[in-house]
Amino acid sequence: MDILVCVKRVPDTSENEIELNSAGTDIERGDLVYSVNEWDNYAVEEALQLAEKTDGNVTVVTVGNADDEEILRREMAMGAKRSALVSDEACKTSDRAGIASLLTAFVQKNPHDLILTGVQAEDGAAEVGGMMAAMLDYPFASLVSAIEVVDGNKLMVSREIEGGNKEVNEMELPCVLSIQTGINEPRYVGMRGIRQVASVEIPTYDASQLGIDKARVGQSGSKVQRVNYFVPAPSKGAEILGGSRQEIVDKMIELMKAKGGLQ
Amino acid sequence: MTARIFAYIVYKDGVADDTAAEMLAAAKMIDPAALPTAIVTGSGSGLDAVCDALRNSYSEIWKVSNEALGYPNAELVRKALVAILPAASVVLLPHSHFGIDLGPGLSVKMNSASASDVVAIDGVEGNFLKVVRQEFGGQLSTHVRCDISNGAVISLRPGAFKAGAIDHANGMIVDKSPAVGALSTRRRYIKTIAAEAGDVDISKEAVLVSIGRGIQEQDNVAIAQELADTMGASLSCSRPVVDAKWLPKSRQVGSSGQTVKPKVYIACGISGSFQHLAGIKGNPFIVAINKNPKAPIFQVADVGIVDDVLEFLPELTNKIRETKK
Repeated sequence: MDILVCVKRVPDTSENEIELNSAGTDIERGDLVYSVNEWDNYAVEEALQLAEKTDGNVTVVTVGNADDEEILRREMAMGAKRSALVSDEACKTSDRAGIASLLTAFVQKNPHDLILTGVQAEDGAAEVGGMMAAMLDYPFASLVSAIEVVDGNKLMVSREIEGGNKEVNEMELPCVLSIQTGINEPRYVGMRGIRQVASVEIPTYDASQLGIDKARVGQSGSKVQRVNYFVPAPSKGAEILGGSRQEIVDKMIELMKAKGGLQ
Repeated sequence: MTARIFAYIVYKDGVADDTAAEMLAAAKMIDPAALPTAIVTGSGSGLDAVCDALRNSYSEIWKVSNEALGYPNAELVRKALVAILPAASVVLLPHSHFGIDLGPGLSVKMNSASASDVVAIDGVEGNFLKVVRQEFGGQLSTHVRCDISNGAVISLRPGAFKAGAIDHANGMIVDKSPAVGALSTRRRYIKTIAAEAGDVDISKEAVLVSIGRGIQEQDNVAIAQELADTMGASLSCSRPVVDAKWLPKSRQVGSSGQTVKPKVYIACGISGSFQHLAGIKGNPFIVAINKNPKAPIFQVADVGIVDDVLEFLPELTNKIRETKK
């Protein structure tokens, strides 16, 4: 089974405090640590495991610019055989439907049996995979927490629903699945692995090479535009306990006694 | 603003989800004069019961009865909606496991704008609907402008919109089933697997010490377990702890885990994603301990402590032990 995984390079929220820039137009990107979107990394691991079972190959693709090559190399060091960068001026101002159009055009030029994305990225939108599936007329399932190969053209796919329950679907290939964290344990990538792919040429495609309708991408093709960023106003807000750690511990114990937290 | 507003109703066992009333409130924020239309799909008595109950709040209810929609398979629901929705409709749905399945593909097929996980609506200006979303796990909000001249699919964060008073709409039920016809898909629902019961039922515990990514390593889980033991509390967690397999799924609080109703909830190194907060009900006293003062958990906590849980928790445990002597 040949599998395509769509990945994204994002600011690592566990490594950075996300700050607003002074104009409110973007976050401060000066000294951010970037990494591959956490969900996408699980998707790549899942793809590698499925490819090993079915004697297939994994390709990783991202929409962005030369800075994003680092995550493609990282995922190649993990085991992806091929990678591709979709890079066009229009990418910068495209909404998520535009990004999905670019990736769809890539899939149409480079057919795969299975397409994986992460459930969501740092924007919390959870849209691109579902959009691609509709554009390609492939079946789609989101929040996927287990994949089993049934035969050459079918998968048994579990997805997370409410209360820890799982919904099981039989899906025909080709299909698009959005992968939830925790589906597997992504393998470790060492520096040695990254060095081995450091000089691999990564094929780059722009919108015209993908034969994409320009009306679907870029600012003019975007129905949805982010106007600004702002710090959310506290709805209620916690009373922040001050003082030394020992004083805070004492206050907390008093509070626990009052609220029935100590039994 | 003349776009017609629709709300896709999610329901279970013949009872509409809370989001049915929340979407009604959101529709009024798009257009105060709006009389949104509810769309309910399914089959059998559950479908009829929901449609009847919605007559109280919605002035018009479109009912789609179809054997194939007995289980809400988003692929089939999407096809049914595309068959009945007028061009340039604004469709509201909940940003849930179902909405995430349905919304993005629906916007493609309707060739309309898509905004997901919307937490507030600022109204309409010309052809543009202005909404608020969050990014970076709730650390920052954004204003988003959607061109709705060809309609929109807007998924709303459950709980973000407060339901208004029921205005006894005495709604009319319109049967749209004939317009849908036969439905088929290459994704077939097989079964639902119930969550495995754990050693502790956290949904019934009065005091929870809950850990998140801030616990950092598997070995550190013991630090929180010791505090819980000393307090007579139970240990629960947020998603990353289960993803890392440090605690079983049955200990996870959140929309894809358990719903808990404790008196006291101590969130240790939990950032406070909306999926996690959705699992905390009954208005408990929440104490949040997190070294990031911007963590969204501080927005909902009663008391906050800006500190590293790995250093704070052992001191708290020791002091409680002393006071017990």
